[in-house]
Amino acid sequence: MTPKIQLIGVKKRFGSKVVLDGVDLTVEPRTSLVIIGGSGTGKSVMLKSILGIIRPDEGTILIDGEDITHINGAARDKVMKKFGMLFQGGALFDSLPVWENVAFGLIQGRGMKRSQARDIAMQKLAKVGLTADVGDLFPVELSGGMQKRVGLARAIAADPEIIFFDEPTTGLDPIMADVINDLIASTVKDVGATALSITHDMASARKISDRIAMLYGGKIIWQGPTAAIDNSGNPYVDQFIHGKAEGPIKMAVKA
Amino acid sequence: MNPFAPIGRSTMTLLAHIGRLSMFTGTALAAIVAPPIYWRLIGQQIMRIGYYSLPVVGLTAFFTGGALALQIYLGGNRYGAEAIVPQIVVLGITRELGPVIAGLMVAGRVAAAIAAEIGTMKVTEQIDALTTLATNPIKYLVVPRLIAAVLCMPVLVGIADSIGVFGGYVVATQSLGFSGGIYLKNTVDFATQQDIVSGLIKAAAFGFIIALMGCYNGFNSKGGAQGVGNATTAAVVSSSILILAANYLLTTLLFSK
Repeated sequence: MTPKIQLIGVKKRFGSKVVLDGVDLTVEPRTSLVIIGGSGTGKSVMLKSILGIIRPDEGTILIDGEDITHINGAARDKVMKKFGMLFQGGALFDSLPVWENVAFGLIQGRGMKRSQARDIAMQKLAKVGLTADVGDLFPVELSGGMQKRVGLARAIAADPEIIFFDEPTTGLDPIMADVINDLIASTVKDVGATALSITHDMASARKISDRIAMLYGGKIIWQGPTAAIDNSGNPYVDQFIHGKAEGPIKMAVKA
Repeated sequence: MNPFAPIGRSTMTLLAHIGRLSMFTGTALAAIVAPPIYWRLIGQQIMRIGYYSLPVVGLTAFFTGGALALQIYLGGNRYGAEAIVPQIVVLGITRELGPVIAGLMVAGRVAAAIAAEIGTMKVTEQIDALTTLATNPIKYLVVPRLIAAVLCMPVLVGIADSIGVFGGYVVATQSLGFSGGIYLKNTVDFATQQDIVSGLIKAAAFGFIIALMGCYNGFNSKGGAQGVGNATTAAVVSSSILILAANYLLTTLLFSK
């Protein structure tokens, strides 16, 4: 079976700082892979490389077996239609009402009629537990948890084949974080999508993943099924999942 | 310490800026001709860039025309040539002051607003979000603003020209003792089509500069609130300087005999 997403030897540096140092990663169709790793280890850079927002210096990125590392313009737009993404801060368009945020990819990306896109947006909002009257509010009028829900509705609006989640529980209280985790797990299953998430919240990682991989020092140092994370035998993984200050990972206190 | 290091460093930074700006301009121009065209967004931007700039452009043009009339009268008086006021006012306003004053006012108002809006979208990942929704950010954000600014500026300058001449007329007839009919007749007889058209061509060029610098600085803003603040300042300063430089260049090109 062709992997849904495949990264081969992806490298990226900013100035003299090497962020990705040869990342090899494979995500099989309809699985949910969570990448864990400390702050500033290049998790976001990796996601943005796959999306083409950042261009890697070396290496290859394949989607459904197609090399997308260097494509641009219309070809890039076509591949982007396979993706949906939930951003860390929501990244909702504050100039547009909620329903138009959710319908954005349908109207602008796919040229759907506004009235039809609005109906779909309302269905997706219902799917993430929001009522129709929320659709006419603006993003600034929503709480953090509601913004995440709208972001999730926007990510799944066009029935993407691949959904990215960037720190989906950051900034939420533990209960709301759990609600969002449940929503993510169930919607990904519903849509039948392949999911790739990055987080440093272990509770979230355990709940939404089939597999977990750990990024450290610009490389994937461990990966395996979620159930195996507690017996990884990898001292870096052990230190991270138990949140210990002592261990092989030294936090750079000074940047 | 090597005394040449700072000179070299700032030269490299300048060259990098010029390179990035050229690439940005090229991408934006290519995006103008590629479908789809966002009519709704162009309309919105025409309202924001053109219509809402009318009061500020009109007021500044009025006072500029008035001050110009007063100065020409006082200067001309030294040679007994104070009757020349209407001719010089219309020449000065249509060729230079109308486009430049309107350009600088719109730069302050619009380039700043564009840079702040796009800069905030950049730092809150809204621009990345556009990409993930299969929408080209250049096409969606930059192209409508460029088109709207290039279309609106000549109209704004046309209005600024009329109001500027009117400002001169008010001062000349109310406090300098000119007869209204003769003032208007001298204005109309003296102004040529080239005077007015040259100013409108300048206006379109200034509109392009304003929208481009607003968008470019917004797209390149880094960090949080401070980054957006820096982008806004850079947008106003760079577009103002470029407007004055382009004005000189265009004057040379349009009026060289």
